[in-house]
Amino acid sequence: MIELTDTTSSAIAAEFVRARTRAGSPAMGMVMTLVVVASEDECEKAMAVAQQASHEHPARVLVVVIGPARGRSAVHARVGTGSGWSGETALIRLEGEVSKHPESVVLPLLLPDSPVAVWWAGSPPESPADDPLGALAQRRITDTATVTRGRTKAVHAQCSAYTRGDTDLSWTRTTPWRALLAAALDQHHLTVTSASVTAERYSPSADLLAAWLADRLKVEVTRSSSSGPGITEAVLESKEGPIRISRPDGRLATYSSPGHPDRPTALKRRDLPELLAEELRHLDEDDVYAATTAWVAKHGVPGGKTAPASKPPATRSTRSTRPTKKAAGPKPKRGRS
Amino acid sequence: MSPAKQASGGWTNPLRDPQDRRLPRIAGPCGMVLFGVTGDLSRKKVMPAIYDLANRGLLPPGFSLVGFARRDWADQDFAQIVHDAVKANARTEFREEVWEQLSEGLRFVPGNFDDDEAFDTLRRTVEELDQQRGTDGNHAFYLAIPPAFFGDVVGQLREHGLADSGTDAWRRVVVEKPFGHDLESAQALNQVLDDVFPPGSIFRIDHYLGKETVQNILAMRFANTLFEPIWNANYVDHVQITMAEDVGIGGRAGYYDGIGAARDVIQNHLLQLLALVAMEEPTAFDAEALRIEKQKVLSSVVLPSRLDLATARGQYAPGWSGGVQVPGFLDEEGIDPHSTTESYAAVKLNIENRRWAGVPFYLRTGKRLGRRVTEVAIVFKRAPHLPFSPLSTEELTSNALVIRVQPDEGMTLRFGSKVPGTQMEIRDVNMDFAYGGSFTETSPEAYERLILDMLLGDPPLFPRHQEVELSWRILDPVLDFWARQDEEGRTPPEPYPSGSWGPASADEMLARDGRAWRRP
Repeated sequence: MIELTDTTSSAIAAEFVRARTRAGSPAMGMVMTLVVVASEDECEKAMAVAQQASHEHPARVLVVVIGPARGRSAVHARVGTGSGWSGETALIRLEGEVSKHPESVVLPLLLPDSPVAVWWAGSPPESPADDPLGALAQRRITDTATVTRGRTKAVHAQCSAYTRGDTDLSWTRTTPWRALLAAALDQHHLTVTSASVTAERYSPSADLLAAWLADRLKVEVTRSSSSGPGITEAVLESKEGPIRISRPDGRLATYSSPGHPDRPTALKRRDLPELLAEELRHLDEDDVYAATTAWVAKHGVPGGKTAPASKPPATRSTRSTRPTKKAAGPKPKRGRS
Repeated sequence: MSPAKQASGGWTNPLRDPQDRRLPRIAGPCGMVLFGVTGDLSRKKVMPAIYDLANRGLLPPGFSLVGFARRDWADQDFAQIVHDAVKANARTEFREEVWEQLSEGLRFVPGNFDDDEAFDTLRRTVEELDQQRGTDGNHAFYLAIPPAFFGDVVGQLREHGLADSGTDAWRRVVVEKPFGHDLESAQALNQVLDDVFPPGSIFRIDHYLGKETVQNILAMRFANTLFEPIWNANYVDHVQITMAEDVGIGGRAGYYDGIGAARDVIQNHLLQLLALVAMEEPTAFDAEALRIEKQKVLSSVVLPSRLDLATARGQYAPGWSGGVQVPGFLDEEGIDPHSTTESYAAVKLNIENRRWAGVPFYLRTGKRLGRRVTEVAIVFKRAPHLPFSPLSTEELTSNALVIRVQPDEGMTLRFGSKVPGTQMEIRDVNMDFAYGGSFTETSPEAYERLILDMLLGDPPLFPRHQEVELSWRILDPVLDFWARQDEEGRTPPEPYPSGSWGPASADEMLARDGRAWRRP
């Protein structure tokens, strides 16, 4: 690791080349640039996560810490090539005036021709695509689960702001659930009459999973709360009986389906590096996510209001989120039939 | 029986969307019966691959694995064997919840291959699994046993109604190489399998075809514009396909003696690699289209007329390999000291079609060679004119594109470049693409890919019996020629020092054409 104080992009770029040469291999095997936006407290952890994820997709990882805009303008960087992995990292701290222009520092450091992904390790910007750093990237990765303020509106806001190339780790978290549910219907050609998703009270993943089910199945989907961890149950109801996947411990799920014995299925909650690696695997538009966000933008979060009385016999009733104001406020759950 | 079965026709799953590439293909409800559970193949490859698939969430809930062997074991003993094999050899991290899921579906049936009672028990076990675990009558039979027993086992499977799936379910059989030891035996073996299972249900595993790098040959050739224009006799001088091992035959003497390098490796792996490198563009990336193209190119392969000048064989002599003193082939335990089985084989093949006429393909394989490596090297013609002085290009050889199959998967491009300095001097340099670097860790082990494809019933990566028979048709004359030489007591396999790159006769074979083997 080399510390560069009061530096510039070209000095950082030159240091990358020197570091590679020192390591004995001036060739580049990197397939993308990953820009990580983090706060001072998060940056070390975010760097570790990004490095781990880039084992699968060797990347130049640029962690950008945007400091206060007061005072003298300065860029500080810590540059290194990973040991035991073929990527490069730079931790770049911006202070003063330049922190309003992070893209001017990052742009010269993007690898030629290859794709760019940006990941906000903390709270995401309101509109990722309009963010100056987000505008550089093909892939903009946010994580609505990290939102601490304004949670009631967060999922709806995230979905309403959707632009081509956006993605959210709370959507990534639903993949194993979606895979199992889709596989369940591969096996049982049932007509689903209604569905439900149970999860922690604040769980953007559960909201998106429910919205996905509502969008694909065109049925009413109830969203109930439990004490978690994460999503604890997903049920598809049909005339023949329910298909139920319940995972009370965040680890091992029980899979039940009509006419079959219950079976255990490993369904572990995944760590950040795994989630990030999945995101980096596909860098084109995620059409299914786009459709799901469009559904939420139009209909609101499923079960997102306390209004209707037709509650399911859930573990705990579904007073999950209570948007108080919000102009384009989510309407009560509504199945498109 | 699940209600699903009634509405199969025209059903589309509303949760599936072709655009949704995050959703993995998960095999439908099914189980696998593994014959030969105590063998290396089962413990080192098949069992770990099954765990890795489960760990990646690609096996259906309720997947069951039944072991069958001549051992006095209970289910728990078998579970212990699988557990140990998985812990020792799995690619992904060991996780208790995955093991829990898997271990509930483990069963063991003790018995011999001629034991009717054992196969009755097997049938009952499989039926119970359908009830208890919801495998729905879908079962694959993995024959990790010597081919001599294939007949017995599939006969028993038929006899006891195990090969018959009924409607709406499937039964598949999986076999490993060797697919016979010559054309005749391959046809006989195929007949045995064919009598019991329809051709679409027989899966022959050539694990090379499951390797990412091998699949990448097709991507590289047919997804780029860069390579295809020069991929022909106008630009290519010759092709070298090498599979070298640094180990000896180890404990496999019983299998290896009488088989030899050509049958063991050239017939399957190397000819499959040749087919993928040389074939025309398939109309689609599906089993049928690939098979047609591979078959076409394999039927265009001809041997040179003088086999004595176009083949070479050898046996490793005692010596030092990688700093270790090692015995020679004839001193290996279990090998007949007068054995004429070759541990090194090289052949020159021509492909008679417009693309490749006049471009020889040199195939070689051997044990106790310099290092473990598998690669395909496309060696290009020299530039027709060099505007530099002969002195400045003295160190320049031919351009080459090397596809490194294993280890260190990737590609190397060799071309000339100016040596820095005031003089015009040109020398070979290498440009590397390291597959390992660019798409690292998740590269699934070949067996995982192949077992999953088999459970999904997706056959593009499995050689069909026509390809197997065509390969034998190519190799049989060489084997016959060597057998005749043995009978006449002429030119026995030439010894080569362990840890070297093979016998001198192989080098001479290329030298006659004015070429030389690459040092891989």
